[in-house]
Amino acid sequence: MEKKKVVVGMSGGVDSSVAAYLLKKAGYDVIGVTMQIWQDEDEITQQEHGGCCGLSAVDDARAVAQQLEIPYYVMNFKNEFQDKVINYFIKEYLEGRTPNPCIACNRYVKWESLLERSLDIGADFIATGHYARIEKLSNGRYALRKSATDAKDQTYALYNLTQDQLSRTLMPVGEYTKDEIRKVADEINLRVAHKPDSQEICFVPDNDYAKFIEENTSKKMVPGNFVNTKGEIIGRHQGITHYTVGQRKGLNLAMGHPVFVVEIRPETNEVVIGENEDVFASQLYANNLNFMAIENLEGEKEVTAKIRYNHAGSKCTIQKVGEDKIYCKFQELQRAITPGQAVVFYDGDYVLGGGTIL
Amino acid sequence: MTGVVDEGMRTVKKFIYLDNAATTKTAPEVIDAMLPYMSENFGNPSSVYTFASLSKQAIGEARNRIAQVLGAQENEIYFTAGGSEADNWALQATAETYGGKGNHIITTKIEHHAVLHTCEYLESKGFDVTYLGVNQNGLIDFEELESAIRPTTILISVMTANNEIGTIEPIREIGKIAHKHNILFHTDAVQAFGQLPISVDDCHIDLLSASGHKINGPKGVGFLYIRNGVKMHSLIYGGGQERKRRAGTENVPGIVGFGKAAERAMDTIGNRIQGEIKLRDYLMEKILAEIPYTKLNGDKTNRLPNNVNVSFGFVEGESLLIMLDMEGICASSGSACASGSLDPSHVLLAVGLSEEMARGSLRLTLSEETTKDDIDYVVETLKKIVERLRSRSQSYQNFIKQ
Repeated sequence: MEKKKVVVGMSGGVDSSVAAYLLKKAGYDVIGVTMQIWQDEDEITQQEHGGCCGLSAVDDARAVAQQLEIPYYVMNFKNEFQDKVINYFIKEYLEGRTPNPCIACNRYVKWESLLERSLDIGADFIATGHYARIEKLSNGRYALRKSATDAKDQTYALYNLTQDQLSRTLMPVGEYTKDEIRKVADEINLRVAHKPDSQEICFVPDNDYAKFIEENTSKKMVPGNFVNTKGEIIGRHQGITHYTVGQRKGLNLAMGHPVFVVEIRPETNEVVIGENEDVFASQLYANNLNFMAIENLEGEKEVTAKIRYNHAGSKCTIQKVGEDKIYCKFQELQRAITPGQAVVFYDGDYVLGGGTIL
Repeated sequence: MTGVVDEGMRTVKKFIYLDNAATTKTAPEVIDAMLPYMSENFGNPSSVYTFASLSKQAIGEARNRIAQVLGAQENEIYFTAGGSEADNWALQATAETYGGKGNHIITTKIEHHAVLHTCEYLESKGFDVTYLGVNQNGLIDFEELESAIRPTTILISVMTANNEIGTIEPIREIGKIAHKHNILFHTDAVQAFGQLPISVDDCHIDLLSASGHKINGPKGVGFLYIRNGVKMHSLIYGGGQERKRRAGTENVPGIVGFGKAAERAMDTIGNRIQGEIKLRDYLMEKILAEIPYTKLNGDKTNRLPNNVNVSFGFVEGESLLIMLDMEGICASSGSACASGSLDPSHVLLAVGLSEEMARGSLRLTLSEETTKDDIDYVVETLKKIVERLRSRSQSYQNFIKQ
């Protein structure tokens, strides 16, 4: 029987490198691909820094591909990334929300553009080094299941994948713990075995989102008023893109005790400041829903919800209140429920679905 | 050239190399000529002893041979580490040397990046650069050139032939215009040297860049022709090599190889070019006839003898190249950036292609070893690949429904 072809998205990191190795070992015809998504700085900046910001990732991925003896290509998705991730990122911040660009990249660049091009060139599947598992449930639907190590689980960023996309995806790393993956990398002498994991957003390596937004839009950041929960003006902020719900640092308000961002109001260019208790809430609404383990939600259901990537997950009850709107009531108060972030619902280990917090 | 090739990653049925504009195979005679200068006559040409004079003599012969190709004097050929260095040297040194006279440079939008990025660098240093547009065949307009000339113009740089679409520029006329206005004329002849006859005198050329690995010579060696009397600062300072103009111990094997390659190219230029043109036209016509929604880029006849460049509608060039690679066919499209992925070609955009058509382009450049069978196989393979890609293209499906 002819071998099945799989394109492995290789970032140059240890997880995707081991994913490629595992799939080759399992008998697949593996092709390594790195997505070129970074935007080129001008020639002079590139030279000063010894190449553009993604080059070392490509070098590492290519070296691993050579070591594994698999073909390797770099595919250009700059336009798609600019359109679906960077523009989305900037727009959300300008509208007072906190975006999650990795979720957009997964849904629209990796699992749309990369998947399509991979199928174009004859692949049967794509694969990544994500810590997640894909299973076909008894109801016939594909669903993501949390990885073997809860701490490393990445299903939160993948909730938006469609059934069709999941049916074309392999995620070999999800069955392993991070330590086991590094051990495999060591055993096969992968040169990236001890490369540190990347933590920041790939297109804002210095983590200064506000600066990035200012440099990439024609809009200047307009300072405005900090107001308290009573509506009284208590200071000036640098522009709403500098803030997110729950933030304590960087406010420059001498209140004598810690205060926090409670709400961002883009219409009035105000940032609402409150006490710690003000940052807690017990409910949320979400839209842009994607259901995974089930086709649609009928009635009420008790699930666990994550409101942030590194949120531990909390018990809640969910119910649809519109064609594309869901209401979620937590059993306990949650800190910093943030518009723009994703809320992902879990049924045990399985992703039930998710949406964008309103 | 065909054969079974095992890359260690996959065994492919064939290997057909059609990317000779990117680089060429180093010819066996060239390698044979080079080897003695690595292990036997390995002396440093600048050394005192007789042993070194063998190396010195060898590079003198290569220099002479190359000068003959251009109708130039031997002492007007300066060896460099490649075409990019020669381009950089020509532009930067002219700017520096003649900067007092003026700060304006005229070039074209379709130059190689070695010229364009050097111009960008000069702009950052206060120079003014005019980038002439081109028509749909890649040709510049003489009136536009003349009207761009200012009293402060110190250099006109137009390539002899374009590496992507093969257009042969009218450098004789351009040289005449430059000469009339007393402006230095540089031409990047990297794709043309050894493929087209070039006379530096007939074309009033003051500076010319060329590269060894485009004509079955070794990589890592090129030259800049500098007309006697043209003042030129150095780019590379150091020892007194190349008449004190370009420092660095000479790449003796490379230079010897380049000389041999130049000799070989000129010896065969008549029949070889005719043969290439015939196959090129056969390939071009076959593709245009057998694959619908395909456009030729560049002029049908006024193009390099071995260059074919086409755009396929509703096809993503990157996927096309990968699938060709899977079938053992080497071709290119656009310009590879440092990562190895592709951006749409600035040349195709300059001749007026939409970004979509530019992304669907394919460049095939033949060698003297390419056979008719190779071409037939390539076209058959292309048909299958294009058909498959179009069957998966939403825009194509929409289009044919109309």
